[in-house]
Amino acid sequence: MTARRREGVPRAGLADREGFLAWAMLLPSVVYIVALVGVPFLLAVAFAFSDVTTGDPSYDFVGLRNFTAVFDDGVFWRSLGNTLLFTTSAMVLIVVFGKILANILVADFRGKWLVRFLVLLPWTTPVALSTISWLWFLDSIYSPVDWVLRRLGLIEGNVVWLGDPGTAMLSVVLVQTWRLTPLAAVIVMAGLVAIPRDLDEAARIDGAGFWRRMLEVTIPLTLPVIAVAALFGAIMTFTDMTVSYVLTRGGPTHATDVLASWAYFRGIEGGDVGQGAAIALFLFPILLAGAIAILRAVRRLEAQ
Amino acid sequence: MKTVEVRELVKTFDGHLRRTRRGGGDVVRALDGVNLAAEPGEYLVLLGPSGCGKTTLLRTIAGLEHPTEGEVLIDGQVVNGLPPRVRQIAMVFQSYALYPNKTVRDNIVFPLRAEKAPRETQESKTRWAAELLGIGPLLDRKPRQLSGGERQRVALARALVRDPAVFLLDEPLSNLDAKMRATARDELKRFQEQVGTTTIYVTHDQAEAMGLGDRIAVLEKGRVRQVGTPVEVYDDPADTFVATFIGSPPMNLVRRDDRLVGFRPEHLLPVENVPHDARVTMDLRVERMEYLSGDRHVYGTVTGLGEDTRVIARLPATITTPIRAGEAHGFAVAADRLRFFDAEAGTRAPAVPIGKP
Repeated sequence: MTARRREGVPRAGLADREGFLAWAMLLPSVVYIVALVGVPFLLAVAFAFSDVTTGDPSYDFVGLRNFTAVFDDGVFWRSLGNTLLFTTSAMVLIVVFGKILANILVADFRGKWLVRFLVLLPWTTPVALSTISWLWFLDSIYSPVDWVLRRLGLIEGNVVWLGDPGTAMLSVVLVQTWRLTPLAAVIVMAGLVAIPRDLDEAARIDGAGFWRRMLEVTIPLTLPVIAVAALFGAIMTFTDMTVSYVLTRGGPTHATDVLASWAYFRGIEGGDVGQGAAIALFLFPILLAGAIAILRAVRRLEAQ
Repeated sequence: MKTVEVRELVKTFDGHLRRTRRGGGDVVRALDGVNLAAEPGEYLVLLGPSGCGKTTLLRTIAGLEHPTEGEVLIDGQVVNGLPPRVRQIAMVFQSYALYPNKTVRDNIVFPLRAEKAPRETQESKTRWAAELLGIGPLLDRKPRQLSGGERQRVALARALVRDPAVFLLDEPLSNLDAKMRATARDELKRFQEQVGTTTIYVTHDQAEAMGLGDRIAVLEKGRVRQVGTPVEVYDDPADTFVATFIGSPPMNLVRRDDRLVGFRPEHLLPVENVPHDARVTMDLRVERMEYLSGDRHVYGTVTGLGEDTRVIARLPATITTPIRAGEAHGFAVAADRLRFFDAEAGTRAPAVPIGKP
């Protein structure tokens, strides 16, 4: 045995054992998910049935009291509605703009590196930072957007973007769209690049114009990828509170409160951890349903 | 009936955009002054090694590439700036490029819908094309449910439905296995004779080219080396490139002073098999023999004709002269089978007398 080893007969090392490798590779992410997603999730479920507050962290089971209190609060329903509106409109815009930007990203023209850089910029800027610059952009007095519109003669006085419920929601949706469009664009671009170039050329030769090629060849072939981009956009919007928190702090009068921000205001700033957890739990089933629905759509498309 | 013609066609590709802008840059001349015309109803084959520009030429005719210089004419009109769809061409891609999301029927009808043909026309044409190519039962399938040969027929049917001025085929057989290829080649030829449309066919396979083409254009490095019927390019190659590219094994070339003397392997025969009134004899030191489908391929070094050169002789099964490796043997070529090339330029040159009957 030892003699044979000395002769240099190759042996399977630790790195050749796939079972061991699988565990070694998976373990860090399993630990990460359990510690940072699993445990907090269970903690939130536990808190939702308790009377824990920031002032009194002792755990007492109170049954469904937090949920009835939340349901009786009109702000909860308003923020639920806001969340759905915010998510759907942002998702639609993200997908549409993402698709357009993806087409620009794959196009070949002079100076495309600059355009690519600019397109990806919003995504690489930290959210809080970019949202603060948007705060200035949409300022009630010093807004450069208003200044331009005034100079163009499109508006009389300043639009108070973040002060009016309608324009506040619009602003939040637009900033969120601006922020996530590059991600969608990159995802859709990956799909576009995967389409064989022959197909587009064949369609050209078959006499199809731009729109026919787009609608009958490119979009059907990238639908699964577009669905993935939509899923990402929806989930990242649904669970996001940064934009509305920094821009409007949920105001005016809860017009831009979403579930995540309302849970935060209630649970952390208001101190009622139990109710905050109960509100936050509402994110979960809707997200789950949405994720399953879109993944199913993707699988059906792939099976086609 | 329409013809396709290209005049002084040049196509260059920039190697690297940024480097070219700085002045240097490696510019590839994919087409280097190509003049070529396809007659009405002709089957013209573009033949050449990979990278010779044959596909670029086809794509330039299709309008997928824009020529750097020169003109493309279809039906006597310059179509240089025109997009592919107004050129009335149909192209079959090497990959067939069927739309994977559409059924066979939708694939075939796509060009008709693009030109907004009436619905009845769409249906009747689709049925006609499907019947002609024998894919009627497959109309409701998706491309991925088809075999390679079936896909190729669908691609042909799609090309066929709108009465193109010219068919452009880019190596349509290269994705088929060897057996399918032979039958598909036969079908392609019969099909083209049936519809009578001018066809330009790109291939690197000389067997396909010889079998299908009315005329063959041999390309190398973006230039047309020779255009001619299969018999012409085989028997009378215009230069040493054509001589050695066509034929398997290729033409033997032996240097003699400032000439290269060329002869096909099947014309180099044991001396007693060549009539002795007009023959050139030489000695062959046999080195190796191969027995291939009835023929004997004899590898050896020829002496006495010019410089000592390795050549190949192909003896048909009817010649039974015993030949063994390691021996020298008298061989001869009929004098009218010799071709002469300029040793420097490689082009055809006048014959020089070889005084050894």
